[in-house]
Amino acid sequence: MGGEHVKGRPYIKAMIWGVVSVALYVTLLTHQEEINANFANGGMYAFLPIAVAFLFSIVHGSFTGHFWSALGVEASKKKMEVK
Amino acid sequence: MHELASQAANFINLDAMTIGYLFAVGFVGGLVSGFIGSGGAFVLTPAMMSLGVPALVAVASNMCHKFPKALIGSLKRAKYGQVDVKLGIVLGISAEGGVLYGAHIQEGIKAAYGDAGSNLYVSVAFVVILAVVGGFVMLDAWKTYKGNTQDVKEVKTKLAAWLQSINIPGTMVYFKSMDARISVLFTIPLGFATGMLAATIAVGGFIGVPSMIYVMGVPSMMASATELVIAFVMGLGGSFKYAMHGLVDIRLAMIILAGSLFGIQLGAIGTTYVKPFMIKLVMGVIMMIVLVSRGLMIPVYLSQLGLIAPLAEDTAKLMKNVSFAIMIIALAVGAFIVLKAMWAGKKEERRAMAAAQEGLIHG
Repeated sequence: MGGEHVKGRPYIKAMIWGVVSVALYVTLLTHQEEINANFANGGMYAFLPIAVAFLFSIVHGSFTGHFWSALGVEASKKKMEVK
Repeated sequence: MHELASQAANFINLDAMTIGYLFAVGFVGGLVSGFIGSGGAFVLTPAMMSLGVPALVAVASNMCHKFPKALIGSLKRAKYGQVDVKLGIVLGISAEGGVLYGAHIQEGIKAAYGDAGSNLYVSVAFVVILAVVGGFVMLDAWKTYKGNTQDVKEVKTKLAAWLQSINIPGTMVYFKSMDARISVLFTIPLGFATGMLAATIAVGGFIGVPSMIYVMGVPSMMASATELVIAFVMGLGGSFKYAMHGLVDIRLAMIILAGSLFGIQLGAIGTTYVKPFMIKLVMGVIMMIVLVSRGLMIPVYLSQLGLIAPLAEDTAKLMKNVSFAIMIIALAVGAFIVLKAMWAGKKEERRAMAAAQEGLIHG
């Protein structure tokens, strides 16, 4: 699980997704008042937090996946026998 | 929960400490969920409340971090061939019904007996279910460990084999995880119970996963992965319901998600390095420790309801703090076992690969 530079690891992908993810979080934290004011209105405004949750999960989920791969933390090579 | 006016005034201010705390708890909760399919909520909700977040906002925000987390976790585990999407959706939809019914019961108890009554109901439900189901899971994991049968293929329980043998025309559905057909008349009540438990103690997986393993005959690796699909379906519906009432604090949900997505990826990777009985072991251990934590709170609520002699204020406060600390320990112990097992599995794989290469060179 070393952190050394290894060929084939998704360093660039991890970095790109990481930058987008950080940008999303910075936006969230710097616009707290507007977000709170609009997102907690109830009714059809419910779509806002749900949409944001999906967006963050895709972006941050891609980042975290590539992050562990870039560090060399991958699933076992031998195919999992689940049955 | 019926006020539709903006709840934003109830949302707490976030500072660096709070963000760091939620991120860390999110990470550990995510790690455990990625491995056993659920967990974390029992710590996250009280953790948010300890920061001054109102109970309903804490429950709502936790749920709104749960469904995106479960989505990423199930996608990851689907890559390893561990997810039965059809079973997850069938159980998830019936669980949704259970959530609504569970919430309705909760509201009734709260109206009749107040907060202490509602808390007592939640704690007793925790203790009874964890003692029975957790005890059973733990015993099974222990037997496998002691009997040195970790490598033997998991065998369906007699109950699961019997249920699968009952043919009720028009209701039979084939599920790949069981490699058998089972009547939805059996899966619906189990999904419903999972949802009811999720609405009551926030961790539906404590009944969802064992019921898939022992009652339906799903291998534990697939049961814990499929639970993530159930959590997604249930969490999405629940989050929408809470968001309609303006109760979701998206900032809290997304900060917890930031930590938990790191954790869930790692937990999911961890499952590929361990033997299936480890799922049962981690789940059983967590359930047993949480049982102690919730058990400690029962006298506090009993005294609040006047059913036993009143406890000194300091004693009640101490018990509350100790109970919360034990919950954190439960999650930390679970995370430790996952990481340790993963580390050992990785080392073992490296050794095997090195030996194979050695064999190639010299053979």
